[in-house]
Amino acid sequence: MLRLLPNSRILSKAIPPVNISYKARECASKAAETVEVFVDDKPVQVQPGSTVLQACAQAGVEIPRFCYHERLSIAGNCRMCLVEVERSPKPVASCAMPVMKGMKIKTDSPITKKAREGVMEFLLVNHPLDCPICDQGGECDLQDQSMNFGSDKSRFTDNQFLGKRAVEDKDIGPLVKTIMTRCIQCTRCVRFANEIAGVSDLGTTGRGNDLQIGTYVEKMFKSELSGNVIDICPVGALTSKPYAFVARPWELRRVDSIDTMDAVGSNIVVCTRGGDIMRILPRIHEGINEEWLADKSRFSYDGLKRQRLTSPMIKDESGNLISVDWETALLRVCDAITSVKGAEIAAIAGGQVDAEALIAMKDLLNKLGSESLNTEEIFPMDGSGTDLRSNYLLNSSIEGIEESDAILLIGCNPRYEAPLLNARIRKAFIHNEIEVGYLGPKIDLSYNYQHLGDTTTSLENIKSSQFYKEHLSKAKKPMIILGSSALQRADGTAVFAKTQQISNELKEAGSSWRVLNVLQRVASQVAALDIGYRPGVENVRNNKPKVLFLLHADNETVRREDLGKDCVVIYQGSHGDQGALMADIVLPGAAYTEKEGTYVNTEGRAQRTLVAVNPPGLARNDWRITRALSEMIGQPLSYDNTNEIRDRLAEMSPNLVKFDTVEEANYFKQSEELFKDIKEKIKQDSFSLPMIQLKDYFMTDPITRASPTMAQCVKANNKEA
Amino acid sequence: MLRKFWSGTLKNLISSKSFHTSGSASAGHLFTHRDTPENNDATPFEFTAENVKRAKDIVSRYPVGHEAGACIPVLDLAQRQNDNWLPISAMNYVAEFLNMPKMRVYEVATFYTMFNRNPVGKYHVQLCTCTPCLLGGTGSDVILEAIEKNLGIKPGETSTDKLFTLSEVECLGACVNAPMMQINDDYYEDLTPETTEKILEACKRGERIEPGPQAVDRFSCEPAGGLTSLSSKPTGPGFGCRPDL
Repeated sequence: MLRLLPNSRILSKAIPPVNISYKARECASKAAETVEVFVDDKPVQVQPGSTVLQACAQAGVEIPRFCYHERLSIAGNCRMCLVEVERSPKPVASCAMPVMKGMKIKTDSPITKKAREGVMEFLLVNHPLDCPICDQGGECDLQDQSMNFGSDKSRFTDNQFLGKRAVEDKDIGPLVKTIMTRCIQCTRCVRFANEIAGVSDLGTTGRGNDLQIGTYVEKMFKSELSGNVIDICPVGALTSKPYAFVARPWELRRVDSIDTMDAVGSNIVVCTRGGDIMRILPRIHEGINEEWLADKSRFSYDGLKRQRLTSPMIKDESGNLISVDWETALLRVCDAITSVKGAEIAAIAGGQVDAEALIAMKDLLNKLGSESLNTEEIFPMDGSGTDLRSNYLLNSSIEGIEESDAILLIGCNPRYEAPLLNARIRKAFIHNEIEVGYLGPKIDLSYNYQHLGDTTTSLENIKSSQFYKEHLSKAKKPMIILGSSALQRADGTAVFAKTQQISNELKEAGSSWRVLNVLQRVASQVAALDIGYRPGVENVRNNKPKVLFLLHADNETVRREDLGKDCVVIYQGSHGDQGALMADIVLPGAAYTEKEGTYVNTEGRAQRTLVAVNPPGLARNDWRITRALSEMIGQPLSYDNTNEIRDRLAEMSPNLVKFDTVEEANYFKQSEELFKDIKEKIKQDSFSLPMIQLKDYFMTDPITRASPTMAQCVKANNKEA
Repeated sequence: MLRKFWSGTLKNLISSKSFHTSGSASAGHLFTHRDTPENNDATPFEFTAENVKRAKDIVSRYPVGHEAGACIPVLDLAQRQNDNWLPISAMNYVAEFLNMPKMRVYEVATFYTMFNRNPVGKYHVQLCTCTPCLLGGTGSDVILEAIEKNLGIKPGETSTDKLFTLSEVECLGACVNAPMMQINDDYYEDLTPETTEKILEACKRGERIEPGPQAVDRFSCEPAGGLTSLSSKPTGPGFGCRPDL
């Protein structure tokens, strides 16, 4: 489809609804039949309204291009996609030309070839020949296409005397390095910033030969998605600052993995060389991250190399942690465990634990007679609590946002809690003209929303609001997204019950569309709840366990003061952060790039990470540590390898091993019934958010807190503000 | 600076080796903003009450939701209010006024050469040096020399008394009356070094010489020395037609 964006929504900041019927146009094109065109004499049937370039792609011919990008609007300014069309007086730009019936496209004719060579010649007039020192070298569209489609010589000899055009480099922050002389002005980055990121800071200034990409005033590109301009830049004008001069693409080993910085579960590729992570790139997954990746996920990998726990440690008499071997450390843990009653043992799981580690810990503690398994993140446990899966999932799925026609956000800031989910909402906002309502403190979500108030009173009176009457109640597929921070209030249960009640009222009878959505913030939460962990640490605070396991738990939900004096704290995790600070025994675990782990995202989609690098030093895969410990205690767990532990996961909850499928969760009505008994009332105060501004976004977990790049981002943001 | 270097030193060097080159294609302006004492975020700018009214009137000519369409006329209004130049604060003000991202306004202001993004003198002298003006009449190179001599400034410079800024510009569409220059909104055409000087001197005195053709006795762009064709009285409607029509 030739994508014509409703510019009004992209370009201006606040737009009253303009009734342009995009839907009507879509319907019209759907009704029409396909059009036959000929690509190099090969007939193909394409949708009317497709571009020539898309028709060629359908015929299996890839047209070279620089400015065209499937997920961005069409600019048509690079001219690289010129092709000959029979009976057309001159070559046409295939990316912008809609197909017409019986069109005969020639992608390999002398005219097409000449056009490509000519365009390439022009592009190379001012492009520096610095490929040997360019970070894009080896994965550069210009390099590849000049080899494939360019001529071997140029008629431009002037620049041997006058030099090529030089453009001043811009400083747009600590993540994106700019070498503007290399820019070929495809404007992909400008369109990305305007359309996807919703931060209109990039643009083109000047004209003609002086045209340049930049921010005009010296300014940081303040977006949580800024790293993506590196991927879409077809040349080496925008490259990664932390990755500058680090590695060449052909030296890298690529391992498919899953991101754990938020609960979205973005698909990533971890690029390693010699056992070291060099960079992280997004991997296309249409259901989750499309082809984008949030900055925290992309750039925090240097945090995996710093502050790491590389050997087991125990606290000596003077209170210092000293390195020991595994045997000593595990024996110490054994002593601590065997000297107390089973019920006096507890565990707290942090935000980045894989399902394997979670189930191993649960099995061990259950064997010892303890049921006190907790997560750092809180979730209301009254009513149906976490018994019904639909209560804690993003039920309509991330892709479902695009089908939705009205969204109500309650007490969450998806822009920083789940940047790619927010990008989806923005996409729906621009293309489907959906209406978004928002309850919570005023924030910049990168799209316009109707602010319905920031207090819980507004939630209770939501039905009298104009947004509810005009949009939400009339919507065919309404969505309510409830932030997990709203559930962590003291009256979380009441807020949840109220939201559920509103959602169920909006649900059409007989429709399979699910209205209620809970947006989790941490990667491990859904798996932990699936396995049967109890959300929140109240339990630990009240019961004062004698032995406490902190499984990657670094958010200080329990402090030393909250525990009994004789409590032995065992920290198992990857980083020397808050958890290790209060521990008596430290067991070094593996980070998400170092183990085969299962993570379930906020939609309930189970996904696997793979081993990209080995854990540093003596650090080991987390579930194996627990397995070894169980052996020493004399209560061996029943699994010895990944397959066996996954069988155990399947036993616990089959969805945990059904990789990349979103299993439907239902029983909304029943859940609401169970909540009816709740007498708790919503307290009258305002919603608070943990992340309001961009600077709050960067350092939220042990990995990002250890990352120098993330620290620089915070610093740059503070300076800018 | 760089441009002068290219056109001066290097050109000589090259021509001595008998190479042909085209001139540097740079417009000589800077397309990024640099804070200066007189041009920064804090430079005060606000429409006068009268101009707010005018601006609102301009905006009202565009459909609701497309206020951004009024960007060029509103920027022009801002430039006229602010001594013929646009500080960054004025661009920001216009962005705010039209409810559009600042960058979109910067794009417009840098694209059109008639927006001056740096202070200009009270009289902005824009001399056309395109081919017709170079060839027509005395030639624009002679006029340029005369202006430079009279004002003591080179193209792109502002006189020390902040009265004049001299710019070399591309075709202003008055080729019939070449050579020509534009001072603020007035076209002075058919220039000779003498008339040029006269105009500049008048400006210095704060007077305004009637714009239009200067040396040649003719009206607007009519031929010098009177009409050579179409000189008879125009025939009325129906001329040469069948009587029944």
